[in-house]
Amino acid sequence: MINKTMDVVINRRTLLKLTAAAIAVIVSVTAGCSGKPDPDAGLTVLNRSLSSDPESLDPQKARSTQAADVLRDIGEGLIGYDPAGELVAAGAERWTVSEDGLTYTFELRADARWSTGEPVTAEDYVFGLQRLVDPASATFYASAVSAIVNAEAIIRGELPAESLGVRAEDSHTLEIDLSEPTLYLLGLLTHPSTFPAHRGRVAAHGEDYALPGNLPSNGAYLLESWEPGSLVKIRRNTEYWNDGNTAIDVVYHHVITQEAQELNRYRAGELHITTNVPPESFQQVREEYGEQLRVYPTLGVYYYGFNLDREPFADKPRLRQALSMAIDREVLVEKITGRGEAPAYSWVPPGTYNYEPPRFSYANLTQDERNRIARSLYREAGYGEDNPLRFELRYNTSDTQRRIALAVQAMWREVLGAEAELVNVEFQVLLDQMRAAEITQVFRSSWLGDYNDAYTFLGVLESDSPSNMPRYVDEEYDDLLQNAASQVDADRRRLYLEEAERVLLADHAVIPLYFYVSKHLVDPRIRGWGDNLLDYHYSQHLSFDAAD
Amino acid sequence: MLRYTLRRLLSAIPTLFLVIVLAFVLVHQAPGSPFSDERVLPPAVEENIRAHYRLDESLPEQFIHYVAGLLRGDFGPSYSYPDRRVGDLIAIGVPVSLKLGVIALIVSVVVGITAGIVAALRRNMPLDRLVTGFAMTGISVPVFVIAPVLVLLFAVYLDWLPASWSGQDGISRLVLPVIALALPQIANIARLTRANLIDALGSNFVRTARAQGLGTLAIVRHHALKPALLPVLSYMGPAIAAVLTGSVIVEEVFGIPGLGQFFVRGALNRDYTLVLGVVIFYAVLIVVLNLIVDLLYGLIDPRIRYR
Repeated sequence: MINKTMDVVINRRTLLKLTAAAIAVIVSVTAGCSGKPDPDAGLTVLNRSLSSDPESLDPQKARSTQAADVLRDIGEGLIGYDPAGELVAAGAERWTVSEDGLTYTFELRADARWSTGEPVTAEDYVFGLQRLVDPASATFYASAVSAIVNAEAIIRGELPAESLGVRAEDSHTLEIDLSEPTLYLLGLLTHPSTFPAHRGRVAAHGEDYALPGNLPSNGAYLLESWEPGSLVKIRRNTEYWNDGNTAIDVVYHHVITQEAQELNRYRAGELHITTNVPPESFQQVREEYGEQLRVYPTLGVYYYGFNLDREPFADKPRLRQALSMAIDREVLVEKITGRGEAPAYSWVPPGTYNYEPPRFSYANLTQDERNRIARSLYREAGYGEDNPLRFELRYNTSDTQRRIALAVQAMWREVLGAEAELVNVEFQVLLDQMRAAEITQVFRSSWLGDYNDAYTFLGVLESDSPSNMPRYVDEEYDDLLQNAASQVDADRRRLYLEEAERVLLADHAVIPLYFYVSKHLVDPRIRGWGDNLLDYHYSQHLSFDAAD
Repeated sequence: MLRYTLRRLLSAIPTLFLVIVLAFVLVHQAPGSPFSDERVLPPAVEENIRAHYRLDESLPEQFIHYVAGLLRGDFGPSYSYPDRRVGDLIAIGVPVSLKLGVIALIVSVVVGITAGIVAALRRNMPLDRLVTGFAMTGISVPVFVIAPVLVLLFAVYLDWLPASWSGQDGISRLVLPVIALALPQIANIARLTRANLIDALGSNFVRTARAQGLGTLAIVRHHALKPALLPVLSYMGPAIAAVLTGSVIVEEVFGIPGLGQFFVRGALNRDYTLVLGVVIFYAVLIVVLNLIVDLLYGLIDPRIRYR
């Protein structure tokens, strides 16, 4: 009662004073840092994005595709890609291959220069490749060049890095010796790990070689600044031999880990190119942006793998086939993923260079026919209504993975009566479990091609491949791949590779579910964009429509 | 007071050591490794990398090596950023996170206390309802919901502010992250201030002051506010912790190169040293901030003595 009578009343002016004081404090705090004049005024600026932070911008030490995206802008290899994804001469002007396919001789461009003004020499390429395989550099991509003479022994620490089969014949002639004909070598040489390295700068800066200010560029752009977790800023390299054809002066690679946020930034006009489109907004984006949305196939397969070392799938190719056939991939890509993905009936994606993937024997049947055969295979394996197959399907925790797993689980239950228990674990945990192959039965994984060649997919399931998660071991398959590797003729090699895939598909070691597509929003003013399988988009090929 | 401060700092050493041991063991126990990927490394390549980072040694050896490094002020190499030392990453992240956190805290305190006072003085009137309603929303809606909604509203539809941090200059890029970070704290502080001020305004000494003819504002300023703010002050500890952890999400959403983002990346990639470095830094920070809050107590409340 007393409280009521003691109620305090204040007038409007006091209230205003309090509010004004609060606002004044906020303004004075935030106004501490005022805007500086824009150093890029009058320059052409491109804003693009990276789906995660590039861990390193050292061409030899980097690992992620995001780092490679930046590195292709700030460096150049012997070979490059044009906007359509075709191989083109880059640091090398021309090259010859010996008859046995074991020696490649590259003539370097005479006008290629580092951002320091020094010429790019054959010795710089030799140094880069030696640095890549040297155990002391602790690189991730060392074994990418294992086809080069002595590379394996150097990685194992048995030979010095200088013994690598790469020689500078003179300042502008480079010779690479291979231990087996490697028909995809040119594709490999587009990878940043094979870019030249600047010996003087490496010696001067050591571990800090790849930091802004230290890292020299032989590419179209030079690294200007890098805020980890946020932004990589690169600026036109005026020493670049093809600088006359570079249109954009400054490129910001923004690190945006959240797809929804990336879309927001595109909507707000802060980004010219996105790396992806969030699944939940895909239909809306398609309607809203029309031609600005680019969707096209890429070299990647989403698959479920069997653990072939364990029950119940070891030595049961026909049971595995039943599970594979019972999945309606058309429904999966239309209703669940819904972003233009292609249903997968092979392991190697269609469109892979000089390769015609064989397909599952049942690929031409209707889903009803497939289901019928699947049911009989399932019964044949000893399972039925009163004795259903029970197993675990493991996937990494994510909404997309969960939706796909739920759909597949339902299909297996409906068609076969098989009971898959869904188990989701964190990505790193799943990797660990797949590698150990002790508790996994069926697991979800994916493979993305490093270069445009069928071997980048088929090699994964070779018996001694470290990424062979299903633990697939088949002598015939290994032999066919071995034979393919020793071929000098591209067409004969292709036949061996295709035969190997036929063996693989007949064994049903994996269930390829769908092939990935690239999805980008691209500002309509941008010119020079090319949809390509590898999804590489060099900033130096892009420009803005002159009308804007 | 100096002795008290020293004693508090000394007693923090065992706490910090325990934090280091626990964090070290826990990160190394987590399944996975800093170098695992769907693209599994060939054994020889992985061996070289593990040797490079001394991960081929036994765990106790690694621990001794790590602590020895810490004593020299070296947090070790980052496994997920091959070109960087953890110390450098922390040095990059701290100023950014700190700036964001300090501004968010100041905004929270100023706006929160003001709103709380206004609500208390206008108890059960529309303005009070507005403040309490807002406070309930601020407390119950999590940051990861608030942040994208703010972006949609102010960056996409109204186009007043940038949607994120990178490539933007000046203070405009700070506004949305600060609001996202401060909102829950504003709400909490406003609620605390209101409740305690209402209590204080009903107490005997306020009645006496009124009887002596003092005006409302003078009563609030000289008598009621101080006791009402004590609980707010003790809330500052948790508030700071909340701003620190909240910044993990805010930094991720807005692409801010702060400590929180490094922490998330470190944890997801099993970058042991990066996670440890950030944890240790946070631990030290919280110990120091708690001490400061305790010392401030004495300044506000004359009944408290430090011995």
